[in-house]
Amino acid sequence: MNNLIILPILIPLITGVILIFFTKNIPVQRWVSAAGFLLMIVAAGMLVSHVYQDGIQTMHLSNWEAPYGITLVSDMFSALLVLTTSIISFFVVLYSFKSIGEEREKFYYYPVVSFLIVGVNGAFTTGDIFNLFVFFEVMLMSSYVLLVLGGTKIQLRESIKYILVNIISSALFVIAVAYLYSVVGTLNMAHISLRLSEVSDLTIITVIAVLFLIVFGLKGAIFPLYFWLPGSYYAPPAPVMALFGALLTKVGVYSITRTYTLFFYHDTGYTHELLQIMAILTIIAGVIGAVAFTDIKKIVIYNIIVAVGVILFGVSVFTENSLAGSVFYIIHDMNIKAALFLLIGIVISITGTSDLNKIHGLIHRYPGVAWTFFIASAALAGIPPLSGFAGKLLIVRSGFEAEDYIGAAFVLMSSLLVLFSVMKIFIRGFWGAPRAYKNEENAPVKWLLFAPALLTAFAVLYGFGTEAIYPVISMAAETLANPEIYINAVLKE
Amino acid sequence: MEILMAFLVGILFMTATYLMLSKSLLRIIIGTGLLSHGAHLLLLTMGGLKRGAAPLLGENAPAYADPLPQALILTAIVISFGVTAFFLVLAYRAYQELGTDNMDRLRGKEGHE
Amino acid sequence: MKTNDVILQTVTKVTLFIIILFSIHLFFAGHYYPGGGFIGGLMTSGAIVLLLLAFDIKTVKSILPIDYIKLTAIGLLFAIGTGAGALLFDMPFLTHAYTYVNMPLLGKTSLHTAVLFDTGVYLVVIGVTMTIIQTIGESE
Repeated sequence: MNNLIILPILIPLITGVILIFFTKNIPVQRWVSAAGFLLMIVAAGMLVSHVYQDGIQTMHLSNWEAPYGITLVSDMFSALLVLTTSIISFFVVLYSFKSIGEEREKFYYYPVVSFLIVGVNGAFTTGDIFNLFVFFEVMLMSSYVLLVLGGTKIQLRESIKYILVNIISSALFVIAVAYLYSVVGTLNMAHISLRLSEVSDLTIITVIAVLFLIVFGLKGAIFPLYFWLPGSYYAPPAPVMALFGALLTKVGVYSITRTYTLFFYHDTGYTHELLQIMAILTIIAGVIGAVAFTDIKKIVIYNIIVAVGVILFGVSVFTENSLAGSVFYIIHDMNIKAALFLLIGIVISITGTSDLNKIHGLIHRYPGVAWTFFIASAALAGIPPLSGFAGKLLIVRSGFEAEDYIGAAFVLMSSLLVLFSVMKIFIRGFWGAPRAYKNEENAPVKWLLFAPALLTAFAVLYGFGTEAIYPVISMAAETLANPEIYINAVLKE
Repeated sequence: MEILMAFLVGILFMTATYLMLSKSLLRIIIGTGLLSHGAHLLLLTMGGLKRGAAPLLGENAPAYADPLPQALILTAIVISFGVTAFFLVLAYRAYQELGTDNMDRLRGKEGHE
Repeated sequence: MKTNDVILQTVTKVTLFIIILFSIHLFFAGHYYPGGGFIGGLMTSGAIVLLLLAFDIKTVKSILPIDYIKLTAIGLLFAIGTGAGALLFDMPFLTHAYTYVNMPLLGKTSLHTAVLFDTGVYLVVIGVTMTIIQTIGESE
C-alpha cells in the first residue's frame, strides 16, 4: 500500500477541476496549472525513487485486495513513463502561455490538458485491464476536445475522422476484454497472467493477443492502422500536437508492451513474430513518409510512426537487453518528440507556414532556435552521445544476437533516413538567404524557446548520463522480461 | 441463449458496419451507437448468462450472478453515451461550419482549409 | 410558428416535482437497493429536459440559473474530495468509512461517506447531461 502512486493521477485531476471555476481568469489558469504540473513532477520523481529502492509499488483502491478490487501498480517502466509525462506536460503548459491564444485559454484549454494527463498517467499506472480502458477513454475524450478546440474548419473535419476511428477501436477494446474475461474470469492484470499460463489451449490466447494488437495498434499507430494519424495530428496547434505526438501514441505502445510481456508470452512464435513484422513495416512506412514530405509538421509526424516501429521491434525481440533498449528509446522519444513539435511550432509562429519551400534562412535571425533544432534532430536520429543512441544500440545489438538480421538492419537504416528527413528541415529551412515574414515581430520566440531548449537539454543529459541511468532502465526491463516479478508483487500481499 | 445472443451481436455489428460505411454523418453516428451496443451485449454474453441471486454474502443462494460484466457494461455504456453525445455536438458544429454532412465532401488534403 | 403547449406546460408543472422527488428517492435508495447517484442524476436531468421541452430555454434559465459546467466541477470536487479524504488517514484512495447511529425519528441509520461520493456523481451526471443538451439546443 502506497498512496504515492495515485498522486500523479490525482494532482492533475484536482488541478483540472479547480481550473473550471476560474475559466475567465487567464493568469489563474496559467499559474495554477503550471503549479499543479510542477507538483506532479515532484510526486512522480518521488515515486521513481521509491520504486527504485523498494521494488514494485502497489495500491488497492478502496482497500479491496487484489484480485478483487482495482489495483494500481507502479513498476519501474510505468513510473519512468509517468515521470516523463509529467515533465513534458509541464513544459508544454509553459509553452502554451504565449502560443495557444486567449480564446482557447478561456475555453477550458488548461483543464482539458490536465484531464488528458490524468488519462495518460492513469493508463501507465493501472494494473487492471478494464481500468486501462477507462483511462484510455478519459484520455481520448480530452484529446477529442483538444483536437476540436478553436473550431477551425480543418480541425472539425479531421476530428470527425479521429473520433470515428477511436470509437471503433474502443468497441474492439471492449470486445477483446470480453473474450479475455470469458477465458480467464478476472480483470486484474497480474491475475490474468497467472490464469493464462494455466490455459492449455494456446489458439484462443493467440486470437486474443492479435485482437489486442489491433486495438492498441490503432491507438499506437502501427503499420496498417496508422492511416488516421498524419491527418489528425496535423490539425491542432503546436502545443497540442506536442502532447499528442509525445504521449498518445506512446500509451498505445506501452499497452502493447505491457500485454505482450505480461500476458502473451506463451506463443511467441506466432504473436511476437507478427509484432515484429508489423514493427518493421511500420518503420518502413514511417520513413517513406518522413522522407517524402516537404511539410515540416508532416515530417515530424511521420517520425512518430518510425519511433513506434523501433520501440515495438525491441519488444518483439523479447530479450532483456532488447526490452531495456525499448524502455530507453520510448523515454527518449517522448522527450525529443515534444521538443521537436514545440520547435516547429516556433518556426510556424515565425513564418506563418509549415511548407518547407517557403521557409529560408532562419538561422541568421534565430540562431538559438536553429541550434536547438539541430541538437534535437541529431538526438532523434541517435547520433552518439545523444539520447537516441543507447536505446537504438541496445535494440539493434539484441536484434542481431537473436538473429533477426533483417529487422535490425531496417532499424539501422531507418536511423540514417530519419537523420536525412530532419536535416532536410535544417538545411532548407534554417540555411540559405534570410527573408522577411509577415508575423515575424509578433512571435514571442524567447519565451517559446525556453521549453524545447530545456527538453533538448534533458535529451543531451539523458544521452551523456546513460551509464548513470542504466541501472534504473535495466530494472524496468527485468520486470518486463520476467512476469513473475510483477505477479508476485501484486498478488503476494 | 448464447447462440441467440451471438446472432444478435452479429446482426448489430453488421448493421453498424453498414451504417458506418455510408456517407451521411448522422448515419455514421447511429452506426457507432449500434457498434457499442453490440460490444456491450458481447461482454454480457461472454461473462456467462446465468440467473442467480445478487452476489451478497448474506443471501445463501444456490447460485449467484456474476456482477462484474454488469459493472463493466454500465461503465462502458456511460462512456459510449458521453462519446456519442460529443460526436453529435461535433457533427452539428461541423455541419454549421462546413455546410455539409456528406463524408465525401469532408475529404481533402490536410493542409487545405 | 408558436405552438400552443398548454397541456404539456400544465402537466409539466405538476409532474416535474414528482419526478424530482422520485429521483431523490432513487438517489437515497441506492445505498442498499437499486438506485444511486447515476440514475438519480439522470432522472433529475430528465425532469429539467421536460421543462426545456415545455417552455423555452430562456424561461428555464431564469428558473434555474445554474452554470452546468460549474455544477459538474462541484460534483467532481465532491467525488474526488471523498476519495482523497482517505489519504489523510493513510488509507488507500477511495476507502470509505461508515458507522451506525441512532437518529431521532429515523431510528438506526447507517452513515456512509459513500453518500458524499454519490452526491458528487449525482451532480456530475446532471451537469454533464444538461451541458450536452444545452450545447445542442442553444443555437436553434
